[in-house]
Amino acid sequence: MAAVKRFCATLLLAGLLPGCATSGGNPADPLEPLNRAIFSFNDTVDGVLITPVAKGYRAALPGVVRTGISNFFSNLQDVWVCINNLLQGKFGEASQDFGRVVFNSTLGLGGLFDVATDGGFPKHNEDFGQTLGKWGVGSGPYLVIPIIGPSSFRDGFGWLVDLQADLVFRIDGVPVHNVLWVTRGISDRANLLDASSIIEQAALDKYSFFRDAWLQRRRNLVYDGYPPREKEDDEDSR
Amino acid sequence: MPMSVLRFSLAALFVAVAQAQELAPDALVKTITQDVVAILKQDKDIQAGDPKKVALLVETKILPHFNFTRMTRIAMARNWRLASPEQQKELTEQFKTLLVRTYSTALSSYRDQQIDFKPLRAKPDDTEVTVKTEMKQPNAPQPVAIDYEMEKTPNGWKVYNVKVDGVSLVTTYREVFATEVKERGVDGLIKSLAAKNRQGEIAKSGKT
Repeated sequence: MAAVKRFCATLLLAGLLPGCATSGGNPADPLEPLNRAIFSFNDTVDGVLITPVAKGYRAALPGVVRTGISNFFSNLQDVWVCINNLLQGKFGEASQDFGRVVFNSTLGLGGLFDVATDGGFPKHNEDFGQTLGKWGVGSGPYLVIPIIGPSSFRDGFGWLVDLQADLVFRIDGVPVHNVLWVTRGISDRANLLDASSIIEQAALDKYSFFRDAWLQRRRNLVYDGYPPREKEDDEDSR
Repeated sequence: MPMSVLRFSLAALFVAVAQAQELAPDALVKTITQDVVAILKQDKDIQAGDPKKVALLVETKILPHFNFTRMTRIAMARNWRLASPEQQKELTEQFKTLLVRTYSTALSSYRDQQIDFKPLRAKPDDTEVTVKTEMKQPNAPQPVAIDYEMEKTPNGWKVYNVKVDGVSLVTTYREVFATEVKERGVDGLIKSLAAKNRQGEIAKSGKT
């Protein structure tokens, strides 16, 4: 869940370069004009609101505290990661996720410390969109969701399921979970401040850079880091 | 006497070059990474974001191990053949500048990340291999996978693609390049790249 959001947050970045905006006719992106409009809205919100808040957060809190906050949310998320690994039939990974939650919730003082990673229980990145992908559901058209950022028909649906399973919403009291929700968003965005400055430097056209990077990353996640080699990877094939 | 000094330094040079050539791809990546990290850790100017020193580091330590022509060819895909040899050279030059800037930005944000090297999965006679590394960041429980795709050349192993969490730095440019070429031709793409690079120049000089 937070994995999707974390990545979406990565993609919610301030932009300067709608310059070479064109409808490129990418088959993966039939909704490009709409997506571009939402992307530039997201970009503006990120630039005027989210980035400044995330920078303030990073400046105000010492690294140890920020790591603790990140770890806390990551631990809640691991429960859903575990369920998704079960749904994908990856029982070894699922038992590691289970171990993570047990150790981090107890020895890690409610998840503030990530003791499991050093203890040999690595963190996994799973969500419902990936579970669908694992069972052969194609990603469908690319879709930019307002505020949330890049997604696809499949992963957008997956994200809605992730939301239902989000433990932050299971905590009693609307004000409490609103505060937690916002804190998590800021924490995730703050972790990505360096990444956004790198992308700012790299992108010729930010919209398509995000789209193409995002599509590649999702594919990589569905295959857990070992996607089959595409013919496209060879330069003379197209 | 001077002759033998010359001969000695030539011999030393050959040994150094030969060593770089003989280094296995994973050993090469490891050596370069460790060298660069050691410099990043002790150089206060780089930590403060001095663009000149970062650029120098990238140029001396990293650039020689990249095959930019091949990177540009991958990003251009079938449009590569539409470009004249001069255009190909110019494209490579501009794309190289852009990638180097990006790399420099990434290096200046280095903060005590720990880099782990995965065992190489390759046969001894492979001429193309992927060297897998992982970067652990202090604030994130999950490491970032950084893969270097490398090819064997007479001058040693060269990197022709870098993948960060499965996202290829080079193929990500493919769509943009194709669109630019379709609408404004190869020269149009060269102009866009040059404009983007000039923008980076201004941003950098503005900071110092």
